[in-house]
Amino acid sequence: MPDSKGRFGIHGGQYIPETLMNAVIELEEAYNHYKNDPEFNKELTELLNEYAGRPSNLYYAEKMTKDLGGAKIYLKREDLNHTGSHKINNVLGQALLAKKMGKTRLIAETGAGQHGVATATAAALFGMECVVFMGKVDCERQALNVYRMKLLGADVVPVTSGTATLKDAVSECMREWTTRIDDTHYCLGSVMGPHPFPTIVRDFQAVISRESKAQMLEKEGRLPDYVLACCGGGSNAIGSFYHYIENKEVNLIGCEAAGRGIDTFETAATINTGKLGIFHGMKSYFCQDEYGQIAPVYSISAGLDYPGIGPEHAMLHDTGRAQYVAVTDDEAVNAFEYLSRMEGIIPAIESAHAVAHAIKLAPTLPKDKIMVITISGRGDKDCAAIARYRGENINE
Amino acid sequence: MSNIAKAFENGKAFIPFITCGDPDLETTAKCVVEMQKAGASLVELGIPFSDPTAEGPVIMEASLRALEAGCTTDKVFEMVRKLRTELGVTIPMVFMTYANVVFSYGIERFCQKSSEVGIDGFILPDVPYEEKAEFDSVCKQYGIDLISLIAPTSHERISMIAKEASGFIYIVSSLGVTGVRSNITTDIPSLCAAVKSSTDVPCAIGFGISTPEQAANMSKSADGVIVGSAIVKIVAQYGKDAPEQVGAYVKSMVDAIK
Repeated sequence: MPDSKGRFGIHGGQYIPETLMNAVIELEEAYNHYKNDPEFNKELTELLNEYAGRPSNLYYAEKMTKDLGGAKIYLKREDLNHTGSHKINNVLGQALLAKKMGKTRLIAETGAGQHGVATATAAALFGMECVVFMGKVDCERQALNVYRMKLLGADVVPVTSGTATLKDAVSECMREWTTRIDDTHYCLGSVMGPHPFPTIVRDFQAVISRESKAQMLEKEGRLPDYVLACCGGGSNAIGSFYHYIENKEVNLIGCEAAGRGIDTFETAATINTGKLGIFHGMKSYFCQDEYGQIAPVYSISAGLDYPGIGPEHAMLHDTGRAQYVAVTDDEAVNAFEYLSRMEGIIPAIESAHAVAHAIKLAPTLPKDKIMVITISGRGDKDCAAIARYRGENINE
Repeated sequence: MSNIAKAFENGKAFIPFITCGDPDLETTAKCVVEMQKAGASLVELGIPFSDPTAEGPVIMEASLRALEAGCTTDKVFEMVRKLRTELGVTIPMVFMTYANVVFSYGIERFCQKSSEVGIDGFILPDVPYEEKAEFDSVCKQYGIDLISLIAPTSHERISMIAKEASGFIYIVSSLGVTGVRSNITTDIPSLCAAVKSSTDVPCAIGFGISTPEQAANMSKSADGVIVGSAIVKIVAQYGKDAPEQVGAYVKSMVDAIK
């Protein structure tokens, strides 16, 4: 009898309809084959380097370091990738895999639109059909990204069910995938969902820490003391952490979206407020009520506005290997503005959650400590929303 | 022998589904009584879940209406208790809900309560064969059948699933989510034959069936026919006046497959 697969401690698994089981089994077999295939890896590396602009810089934020007066701060610049975020790392890998599997159509969920844009980009590059599901609320707050996806040739389907945000877009993608499996690959954007997605997405995002580790050794001759990344589903966070997990002296900190605060109902901080559950194909922590109904979460960041967290993060939390802190909208917006003025880098509002925690943490640390913050994406897409938050109305 | 087997003793079984608590649990209970009167062999009671990923719009919207109206798992248990103790419902009843509704209640506590109020089985569409042990081991202790699902994409998985099935097997007629379909394109006779070659457990077909003609056609290959969205639509249309309409509809379907 086949066992439950893809477990991270007690988390993970494959809680999906029978209709999709052969699809995830086929995906797992294909992935296990291609991940060790030199030809596949050569193609992927070439795409990452020549098309997406990797490796991304590890930038010493000197002004910020001096201003905060504590730990030495480096920024891992995923915002400089083609399409403007870390999402392209995973998408190029999955799209290439899908192509090898003979799939001709990609479907994807998106929150802030970064994963949708990356998927639409890969689909354009590979000549594949692309449909992106995006909560109606998110379509409105990230209108620029909706336009970008359409420009790239994708169909964008606004999702009106439930809270009309990221979780509903994921649900709608799962429904769509059960309807059309043969020619379609579900290009999941985070380290979540049923096995093998959390593993596949993590492996493709692990390029972040593989590079940053080598870059850090080159620049400083040692590993950092802290690695910070924002964490919704958790793909940039797991990518930023992965190659440091074995180095116990490196503190790993995931920054969750607290929204209006973890003592309010308007929050998306899963580790800080959620409990163990089963949803979207996995066992992990979820924001939910006493009867297991998934909570309508909230964050200013459409990309972190998700009621769950990837199963590997849930395990890293259980074992204490990583720490998960909550950052409010207000702190994130302040950090968004701070990094823009201090370093001339406009971070995505998602990434600003990690910057916000660094602003709190760095001054408490001695100057010989080193911190790496992953800037998972760039903030152009957020300018209109942040302006609105500050009471200013700009027409995009 | 499982209580569910009784549903398949007198010819083809008609299995209606209803979302509990839409528009309210009193109406749901009356509908179940009417279903039994009209000749239903087994009733599927849907415990609403906020994010039902296997459902089409009809059942999804009914679930959200039920939750907004205040339906909870505990209130559904109370309704079932009433159906068994006061309203004379004796046909088998199963819960259809999602893994998290059971898991968050506590699998053991959920099974114990279900068995206590008179539930005979569970259908959990997001618990496939690979994940069933965690639930099934507890279900067995309480004499509850965890219903196995088989889909048009199951292929070589069919015999593995069918061999461990109990109660009945839920054959999913089509790809996609629940909801009315004008055309079911799966080769149902072959799918049913493949299932039947691996097990003696009765099999019932659901997903997309709404008309007496479709039901009659499906019942040629299977031991039972499951209808959900078409009934939930009637409830959505008639609200508190739905029980009589639901009864008439169930009667037409029962007649079609006898």
